[in-house]
Amino acid sequence: MEKSVKLIPACEEDQQLLRRLEAEAGTNVNLCYQCGKCSAGCPAAFAMDYPPRQVIRLLQLGMVKQALKAESIWICASCETCSTRCPRGVDIASLMDTLRREALRQGLITDKKVAAFNQAFLNGVRLFGRTYEAGLLLQHNLKTMQPFKDAQYGLPMMKRGKISILPAKIKNRDQVKKIFDKVQQLGGE
Amino acid sequence: MKLAYYPGCSLEGSGIEYGMSTERTADILGIELVELDDWNCCGATSGHNTNKLLSLALPARNLAIAEQMGLPMLAPCAACYNRHRNTEHVIKNDPEMRETIAQLIEMELQGTAETVSILEVLANQVGIEQIASKVTRPLLGMKAVCYYGCLLVRPVEHTGFDDPEDPQTMDRIVRALGAETLDWSHKTECCGASLVTSRPEVGNRMLYQILRNAKEAGAECIVTACPLCGMNLDMRQGQVEKEFNTKFDLPVYYVTELVAWAAGESRQAVGIDRHFVEAGRYLDEVAVRAEKIKAEKEAQAQAKAKAAAQAKKAGDQADEDPEARQKKIDAMVKAFEKNPDKMVKRLIEDEERAAILLEVIREDSKKTARLAELMVDDAEKASKAAEAYVTAELKKRAK
Repeated sequence: MEKSVKLIPACEEDQQLLRRLEAEAGTNVNLCYQCGKCSAGCPAAFAMDYPPRQVIRLLQLGMVKQALKAESIWICASCETCSTRCPRGVDIASLMDTLRREALRQGLITDKKVAAFNQAFLNGVRLFGRTYEAGLLLQHNLKTMQPFKDAQYGLPMMKRGKISILPAKIKNRDQVKKIFDKVQQLGGE
Repeated sequence: MKLAYYPGCSLEGSGIEYGMSTERTADILGIELVELDDWNCCGATSGHNTNKLLSLALPARNLAIAEQMGLPMLAPCAACYNRHRNTEHVIKNDPEMRETIAQLIEMELQGTAETVSILEVLANQVGIEQIASKVTRPLLGMKAVCYYGCLLVRPVEHTGFDDPEDPQTMDRIVRALGAETLDWSHKTECCGASLVTSRPEVGNRMLYQILRNAKEAGAECIVTACPLCGMNLDMRQGQVEKEFNTKFDLPVYYVTELVAWAAGESRQAVGIDRHFVEAGRYLDEVAVRAEKIKAEKEAQAQAKAKAAAQAKKAGDQADEDPEARQKKIDAMVKAFEKNPDKMVKRLIEDEERAAILLEVIREDSKKTARLAELMVDDAEKASKAAEAYVTAELKKRAK
């Protein structure tokens, strides 16, 4: 991704979107004075196109679309180091979370692998009420077109009783399914 | 102690040994675990990455069940613990959101449930002394780094039982078992979580940093309390070694595995035989070291006891001394009274000077006593003193 950005006055639409994202994240990007402590401590910054500080800067400048398209938001592992250390109390991890969800809503997913993993994970929970690890790995591999990824772990995991072919199910699966459906009706995924 | 128990999906799957050893540990320490009836997945990171309401509603259903049980809920998995704590926080502080969630799950939701982590239960509620008292197989000689990862200590306003930068609860537990815990810089660094699956080129590097740092700190094993950290560091260690062309050979234990093992449980009961990085051999090695250290300590203790006994004996002698000495001095004074001639000759060879000394001490019982004392302590000094008396007497006479 291009590192240089054009400074344009944020349009009203972007400003409104930003206010909504801030409200959802429960934080205010204008508190940030760009010290860089978040980026310094971020264990995944080495792989990011925009380190956390720059993601916040994009938001401060009203460049919400660029922030949503940043690969960084999918590389963030939600470890919360940035939020814990921020001297200005900006909840950066929560912002990253909010950006991921907004990118999903707008269909601006830069990293399809992470989103595919999340979807595969939640599909299992929706169906069975529990994580279905074998199904998750299989589904993720098929969706991301890497059928043999981590295949070397399948048998050893089975031998150790760490994964089963059949899913564990809860009794009241309908209750969990209902939660998913209702959330979707309220405008989620 | 009685707790509601939320094992979470991992403790019945990829982190099965964490589940097994948690149950063994609870048994050993007299904690009654009552499993939540029909609990569901907390949604984990995928949940909050995807939908905020969903990420709150899934844990809320479990919290509502725990509320009905009226017990604090133990969630050993760091991710489950974190998601439930986060939801608790929202339910307690945002009445509007609580109402929305209650409607979503169609259950009553008061906000009274409290999720607890295994570390705070062990270190703060059961207590270190209680754990130490159960140790029959001390881990003396074990060199461990405690790896807390992210979700047990962050964000601090949701977790709050330990320091987010330099937590100590796990260290205290592992030390209570006899092991040495080393300081290191990656205690709370992220293992990469699901990135090792979705973006291995990113996740594996994060794992590499942690493993390398542990090794550099001098660790021979890693202790964790998170099934995702545990699986990543254990199962993928070989892959990371290959990718970075290095060798770590670091067994990764769940803290509960070590507690149960140190309390005498078998490998099978604890799940040590289910690891990817061979984990039994190091425990055997530690057992041999522990025997040696114990023997050394016993030998040291014996030597110390012996030295103390000797010192006591010498002390007793020293205590006897003043009395014995006084007796000797008294005897010496008597000898001066009985045979002054002989006594002065013992002090001064020269007969003339000896005669003068005899005259001096006849008139001065203090000097006699002084000489007697000196003769008991140090014959040479006594002679010198005697000569000095004679010289002084001669000077006096010359005047």
